[in-house]
Amino acid sequence: MMNDDVVLSDLEHDALTEIVNIGVSRAASSLRKMVGEEVLLSVPSIEIMAPHNAARLIGERETGDLVAIQQQFEGAFSGRALLIFPEATSLDLVRAIIGSDVPPDQILDMEQEALAETGNIILNGCLATMANMLKRSLNISLPEVIRGDGRRLFTYPQERAEEGLVLFLYINFSVRNRDIRGYIAMLMDLPSLGALKELIASFIDRVIGDEA
Amino acid sequence: MPTTVLIVDDSKLARIVAGKALAALQPEWERIEAGNAHEALAIVRDKKIDVAMIDFNMPDKDGLELAAELRALHPTMPVAVITANVQDEVIARAREVNATFVSKPLTEDGLRGFIAGAALRLRSGGA
Repeated sequence: MMNDDVVLSDLEHDALTEIVNIGVSRAASSLRKMVGEEVLLSVPSIEIMAPHNAARLIGERETGDLVAIQQQFEGAFSGRALLIFPEATSLDLVRAIIGSDVPPDQILDMEQEALAETGNIILNGCLATMANMLKRSLNISLPEVIRGDGRRLFTYPQERAEEGLVLFLYINFSVRNRDIRGYIAMLMDLPSLGALKELIASFIDRVIGDEA
Repeated sequence: MPTTVLIVDDSKLARIVAGKALAALQPEWERIEAGNAHEALAIVRDKKIDVAMIDFNMPDKDGLELAAELRALHPTMPVAVITANVQDEVIARAREVNATFVSKPLTEDGLRGFIAGAALRLRSGGA
C-alpha cells in the first residue's frame, strides 16, 4: 500500500542512497576516531513501510534488547534518527571509547551519558552532512537514550497499525576486531518525504546539470 | 598566572575528551569545566578566563548564543565552538562571532590549530 505521489523514482532513490552513504560515512569516520578501529558499513536500505514493519524488520535480526540514542530533526523535512546497539554490546562500545583512563566501576555510571554523547556525535555528523548536501538546514534535538525492543524504538504507543507510512532507512555497521555492531536508522513521515523528494531533485540537477 | 581554559559541555564524557586533548597540547594550562551556559557565565564573571571551548548542542542556551555573549564581554578572547553539527549554517554563525569552529569527535590534531592561535594571541598581549 503505497502513496504513488511520493514514490521515489529510480534516479531519486539512487541519489538519496548516495546522500545517505556520504552522511553515514561521515558518521563512520567519527566512530572510527572514537574507537580506533575500522568501521564496516552495509549498503543503505531505503523503503517506505509502516512503523510496525520497521520494528519487525529489526526484531527479526535482533532477539535481545536494544539501546538506542535518538535525535529528532526538523526543517524542510522532519523525522528522527537513531543509533541502535544490542544492549549486550553497549558497554563494549563505551569501554572502547573511554579506554583505560576511567576505572571500571565508573564506566557503568557513565554508560548512559557516554552513549548519549556518542549518539550525538554520530547522528549529528550524519544529519548535518546530509543537510549540507541538500542545501537546507535542520534543527537537531538533544540526544535521548531509549531502551527496549524494535517496537519500543520505532512505534509510538498511540500509533495504530494502519496509520502513517514512513520512509525507513537504515544501515548496519560493525567495528573490526571488536564485538561492536549496530544500526543507524532514520524515519520520516510521508509529507516530509514529499519535501525531501523536491530537495533530491534539486540535488540531482546540481550534480548532473552541467552534463545535461 | 597560568593560562586558564574554560571547557563548556553538558556531556561529562566530552569534557573529559576536551581536557585530555588540551592537556596533550598545553600541559601547563589550567582547565575549568562548566556543564551549561549559565554556569559558564558565572565562572567568567568570577575568575580570569583566557580561552573558551564551547559545545554547540546544549539545552537552554546553546553554544553559539554563549559564544556571542562571551564575545561581547571579552572582544579578544580566543573562543572555539566544538560540535559534530557540521552544517554550513553553524560554521557561518561561529565565524560571525569570531569563534573558531572545531568538529567533534575532538582530537589533538583537530584542536592544535585553535590552541596554537590562542597561545600566540595571548602572548602578544591581545587582551
